Amino acid sequence: MKYMDEYRDKRLVDQLVERIRSLSRTPVQLMEVCGGHTMSIQKFGIPSLLPETVRLVSGPGCPVCVTGRQFIDKAIAFARLNDVIITTFGDLIRVPGSTSSLEKEKAGGADIRIVYSVLDALQIALDHKDKQVIFLGIGFETTSPGSAAGIKKAAELCIPNFFLYSAHKVMPPAMRALIHEGIAISGFIAPGHVSTITGIAMYEEFPETFGVGCVVSGFEPVDLLQAVLMLVEQVESRRPKVEIQYKRAVRPEGNPKALQLLREVFEPQDDWWRGLGVLPGSGLKLKKAFQHFDAENEFAIDVEETREEKGCICGEVLKGLKQPGDCKLFGKACTPSDPAGACMVSNEGTCHAWYRYHRHG
Amino acid sequence: MCLSIPARVISIERDMATVSVGGTEYKASLQIVENVQVGDYILLHTGFAIQKLDIREAEESLKVFDEFIELNRQLDEEEVKTGKRIV
Ligand code: SF4
Repeated sequence: MKYMDEYRDKRLVDQLVERIRSLSRTPVQLMEVCGGHTMSIQKFGIPSLLPETVRLVSGPGCPVCVTGRQFIDKAIAFARLNDVIITTFGDLIRVPGSTSSLEKEKAGGADIRIVYSVLDALQIALDHKDKQVIFLGIGFETTSPGSAAGIKKAAELCIPNFFLYSAHKVMPPAMRALIHEGIAISGFIAPGHVSTITGIAMYEEFPETFGVGCVVSGFEPVDLLQAVLMLVEQVESRRPKVEIQYKRAVRPEGNPKALQLLREVFEPQDDWWRGLGVLPGSGLKLKKAFQHFDAENEFAIDVEETREEKGCICGEVLKGLKQPGDCKLFGKACTPSDPAGACMVSNEGTCHAWYRYHRHG
Repeated sequence: MCLSIPARVISIERDMATVSVGGTEYKASLQIVENVQVGDYILLHTGFAIQKLDIREAEESLKVFDEFIELNRQLDEEEVKTGKRIV
């Protein structure tokens, strides 16, 4: 495919690897904070190409993985209400809640539909005026502008039976929290598609305050290796900074129209992240003017007490402190077809990617 | 879920575009991007075009890669000639 294949060129990969090998002296730990990167890195076997001095670890970049059980439990409670249709991205329905999952509720008769876009959820609301349609909004800045656009459309078309249950999150507070926790990070492979929306100004604090460089990377092997090379160069020259490797998609200012829409529809709220706990201002909730679309406002529900899976070390995995192979359940009581923890569900989850691409690693 | 793929815009009707990803057609809302035209490449994410791909940049970086390969080749040659490790 155009603008993908070129970035898988074997010759280029070899050359980049060679360059990294000859340049890297100082041991570094580079963290990717985007599930898409996690998937590509495992799929293309990037770690096996790198010298011993360069270690890659995954961070909290998979939206499904960082979303708390409480969110799933609440979604299940919504699903159990009469005349409610739950609309969601496919990944979410298999995530275990405390005692059930959306998939199980669906099998038990709840009306839960997988959609590809928030716009499909709007259409379902238009087609079923006698039902209340709740869209489960998860995802980072890549996905939240879509939800904002959906809300604006619902307001314009005066759709009274469409609601958003938002677990949308923003990235920088999580990156900051990792550094505050003292996790050894020599550089961030910054998320490519989040940055198409946000631009790069939000990363400046990392080199400035913490001396940690950020390189916004694309998703093909050549992209990722070039980003690694750029970070290695930064470390070797002791000049951490914010750079864009993924120039074909990321402009320094991001996508102003999407950012404007986000500001118009959402405001920050404190939010809970698996592994990191509650981070101030790390979530997005609907602004007052759009509150009548907020499912949490509009429906009274009984939510069961949250219970975490015993033995699941997802939280540690999401902080780069442990690897999936360290988990006793990995590949045994926890597999993609029967996941015990959230990191095994989405194909962007670290445990899922490990299971799929290097089970024996 | 965070997946976004490059797609080429085939046609536009108001704020919806039909786009092609390797021959398969999808719908993409243009609500959150500006100045997208037929023939442009966009990044498609959950039914939305989230950014226009900068073709000039894409071509540019591919060109830089070619130069990079050339430079590495020259350095290799020089290393062979002089017997010294340069990079
Ligand atoms: S393998 Fe499963 S149980 Fe273990 S950390 Fe990963 S998701 Fe959790």
